[in-house]
Amino acid sequence: MLRGITRLVLVLVGFIAAGLLGFGPAQAEGPSITAVVTGADKSPVSGVTVNVTNAEGFTGSAETDAEGLATIEVPEPGKYTATVDAATLPIGVEIKGGPERSINVLQGDKKALFPVVPAGEGGDSGGGGGGGGIFADITFDRVLQLIVDGVVLSLIIALGALGLSLIFGTTGLSNFAHGELITLGAFTTLVLNTTLGLNLLIAAPIGIVISAALWGWGQNQVLWKPLRKRGTGLIAAMIVSIGLGIALRYTILFFFGGSPESYAQFAGQPGIDLGPIFVTPKAIVLSIIAVLFLAAAIAWLKSSRLGKATRAVSDNPALASASGVNVERVISVVWVLGALLAAYAGVFLGMTQNVVWTMGQFLLLTLFAAVVLGGLGTIGGAILGSFVVGITVQLSTLIVPPELKTASALFLMIVLLLIRPQGLLGRPERVG
Amino acid sequence: MPGDIAAQAVSALATVAPEPGAAKPEPLLIADGVNRHFGGLVAVDVTHVEIQKGAITALIGPNGAGKSTFFNVLSGFDKADAGTWSFAGVTITNTAPHRLARKGMVRTFQLTKSLSRLTVMDNMLLGAGGQTGESMVASVFPFTWKAQEKKNRERALVLLERFNLAAKAQDFAGSLSGGQRKLLEMARALMLEPELVMLDEPMAGVNPALKQSLLDHIRDIREEGTTVVFVEHDMDMVRDVSDWVIVMAQGKIIAEGQPDAVMRDQRVIDAYLGAHHDQQLTASGDSLTEGTSS
Amino acid sequence: MDMGFVLTQAISQAIGVTAIIYLLATMGLNIQFGYTGLLNFGQIAFVAIGSYAIGVFMVQWQGSAFVPNLWVAILYALLLSVLLALILGVPTLRLRADYLAIVTIAAGEIIRLVFKSTDALGGAQGINGKMGEEFYAINPFPQQDRFDFGPLSYTRNDVWVVTVGWVVIALLLLLTWALMRSPWGRVLKGIREDEDAVRSLGKSTYLRKMQALILGGLFGTLGGIFWAVAKQSVQPDSFVPAFTFFCYTILILGGAARVLGPVVGALIFWFLLVFIEQFLLLLIDNGTITFLEPTQVGPIRFILVGIGLMLLMIFRPQGILGDKKELALDAR
Repeated sequence: MLRGITRLVLVLVGFIAAGLLGFGPAQAEGPSITAVVTGADKSPVSGVTVNVTNAEGFTGSAETDAEGLATIEVPEPGKYTATVDAATLPIGVEIKGGPERSINVLQGDKKALFPVVPAGEGGDSGGGGGGGGIFADITFDRVLQLIVDGVVLSLIIALGALGLSLIFGTTGLSNFAHGELITLGAFTTLVLNTTLGLNLLIAAPIGIVISAALWGWGQNQVLWKPLRKRGTGLIAAMIVSIGLGIALRYTILFFFGGSPESYAQFAGQPGIDLGPIFVTPKAIVLSIIAVLFLAAAIAWLKSSRLGKATRAVSDNPALASASGVNVERVISVVWVLGALLAAYAGVFLGMTQNVVWTMGQFLLLTLFAAVVLGGLGTIGGAILGSFVVGITVQLSTLIVPPELKTASALFLMIVLLLIRPQGLLGRPERVG
Repeated sequence: MPGDIAAQAVSALATVAPEPGAAKPEPLLIADGVNRHFGGLVAVDVTHVEIQKGAITALIGPNGAGKSTFFNVLSGFDKADAGTWSFAGVTITNTAPHRLARKGMVRTFQLTKSLSRLTVMDNMLLGAGGQTGESMVASVFPFTWKAQEKKNRERALVLLERFNLAAKAQDFAGSLSGGQRKLLEMARALMLEPELVMLDEPMAGVNPALKQSLLDHIRDIREEGTTVVFVEHDMDMVRDVSDWVIVMAQGKIIAEGQPDAVMRDQRVIDAYLGAHHDQQLTASGDSLTEGTSS
Repeated sequence: MDMGFVLTQAISQAIGVTAIIYLLATMGLNIQFGYTGLLNFGQIAFVAIGSYAIGVFMVQWQGSAFVPNLWVAILYALLLSVLLALILGVPTLRLRADYLAIVTIAAGEIIRLVFKSTDALGGAQGINGKMGEEFYAINPFPQQDRFDFGPLSYTRNDVWVVTVGWVVIALLLLLTWALMRSPWGRVLKGIREDEDAVRSLGKSTYLRKMQALILGGLFGTLGGIFWAVAKQSVQPDSFVPAFTFFCYTILILGGAARVLGPVVGALIFWFLLVFIEQFLLLLIDNGTITFLEPTQVGPIRFILVGIGLMLLMIFRPQGILGDKKELALDAR
């Protein structure tokens, strides 16, 4: 509960920034530094000693409490150095970015963040990832590991990107709420798993099917189909999807709180060494299933009547309609398929990382990057784009800091759009 | 006098040989070796064509003949893969549309592009060229453009009167009927005082009552000395108003000449019959009249 | 806590620093999207440039001869804004509308992540320090502890900050009004309706779109500058896409392509947001509502923003000041 509050406060501050307190000055207090020592999911680390010094010879120290906070009062505003005593850290972890922080204290309290990460790792999807930096070693082992991580990430992206691309192709909608299809899939399964007590192996398939029906077919029936009938323009629809995404995200936050959750089974599965690669068994299994899902979806699209009709509508809705294709039916199917794949992606993420209200939104831009890069509205493009993006994201940590890895994929997308606006596999659009 | 120019143009055309790519006495627009292909499909392959100044020239051909593509290429809305063309002696190959407009060449669109949420008057004012007020810096200082604006407004009203739209000047263009929007687009194009007006299927979707009115306006444009080129499917219109007809089929120009002669040309009939097997065709005598098609 | 408190909170936030920041950014967005139809979803990047310019120049590079004072820093910030608009615009203005949206969001995120991961620019912790001393030094308001306007009470610096903010807004509104009733403004509106038609009439649409992007970006950067000076703090995670989404909500609420649209939108948006939150907290506090926790009130506000945006776009896309007739003609 306390963790949820801390997270929520951080989020609100991030969005509103001005705060809810009007604009009085900060409470008149003596200057101090508060060190915040927390783990990857904001879990506090207590009992860590933090030392504070400055150029004038001041020294002070404190130990982090149950909330991971340690407050050291300083004599006056100015520049100080706060250092975490590594000897007091739990075994196997280190401070991301080094144990030292340089802090400029004005008046009142100044926070210094010391995020804790597993020693030698950056903390990532499906198995260990490399913490990067321009001077990190580029070894064959690391590259291989990153490629494997990249493939896993690519599969997750592909599950979302395929649906996104199909929805765009058949209806013209750039669906900014697509990330929420992933989140909703993960949470639907979570409810079945932890609230209703079903084992994950049963909860997941049921959750995915319910998601496909409710969040996929249902969403189209209740919202998008009536809007199409009303003749709502595409830009208006896009903005509606933005509003929908916001509403859904915060509804999930409202009901489930901000703390990341895990499924009841397979949560803390240890990884295994496969030669130079370190990976968890569940990641392997989930990846194989993902490949099967994607292969099945593509096979269906290529060979079944409804699948071919879907491709026709995606290619040229007017022509398909004139040829007797029931466009509305195809669109319904596309939403079901998109939600189904996304729900599985949600479960995948939920099992390899955790289930949290921001999980879909976090991926959304990467999904768009994949789809745009591969070619909006195409199937092959969505898959190809997903792999380009996924592997780029992971491999980029060899040369850029980990915070920038998503940015490198976005950058790649922008560069590609300049050279080839239709994406890798898209058709060139006629001008005029 | 402008009217004389029109009469001169017509009589000049009488001397031109009715062959594809025929040279004209006073060509305004000349195109050479224009090629546009999409993948393996050749959409346009025009060896040579000249448009006579001061005349009304029609560009016709069955569906898929490439006339719209050719039209788009000449007006800067599509890039040619090869070829050069010139306007009033100045090379304008692959020149951007806004530059072409400033040189005196303006086009209209088949799907009328009246700027719906602007008033009719604003639509017209947008047509005026050389406005100092359109520069961002100058726009903040009304004294630099107020006088110009007033003159443009007056000119616009004159044109609107001519096209019977003066009463609608303050209405949103989107509230006009389809036919009125076509007239607005034509009037707006004339605000530029162009030398060449290119009309993209001006009769498309127009009710018969309005057709005559449009034809009269097109003739008026010629009487003022402005050259007109238009793409059309409506053969009645073509025969009625054009001074010269150019026929395209499968990307090439297959015939040129006076309207009646062209319609009787066997090559032209073959091209239409071959491509329009699904269309109603009523042959009256030896000439070709198309039934209305979808 | 009582209704009086709820109302004073709502009013003070509606005219306060946050509203001013969002209003400046939204006025810029109005020029780009409202008048010209550019789907700029990276407006927050312009705001970030403004804030970070002040933060970096005034705190990180404190004492450098390159940036002797706040006013020079502001000048640099504006120049950087133009540069950003050019970098953003040259590749993207030729793209289709939805591509533009995706690329501008991506650009915004790239900029934010670069700031967040570069320690020289503040890193994850951002920049805190004295930025804007010269601004506060010229505060003409008399020295006293607090200023009371009825139930609202502010410090001397707060009054100065808010006053300057609104004066700047008023001047920019005047500028917007002058620009939009001119032929230049007419070209922008034409581009919004149909770019090809405008091109066929001899106007360079690319140039006008770039100008709109630059001008709108400058407005956003002013918002960022104001943010840094008013809050004395620059945090990378403040500059997220959600900010731009809120700007769109404000813009559409007030009425796009109306000079006063953003003002109406911002005032109402912030008033409602704070009012609903404080009102719910009040009801929880005095026991009227028992099924909600205070921590759940925050998310409720955003749920309402999301739903509000949807309803606006579907049922009243012209917003408050817009003309219903005009929107009936909108084919987008």
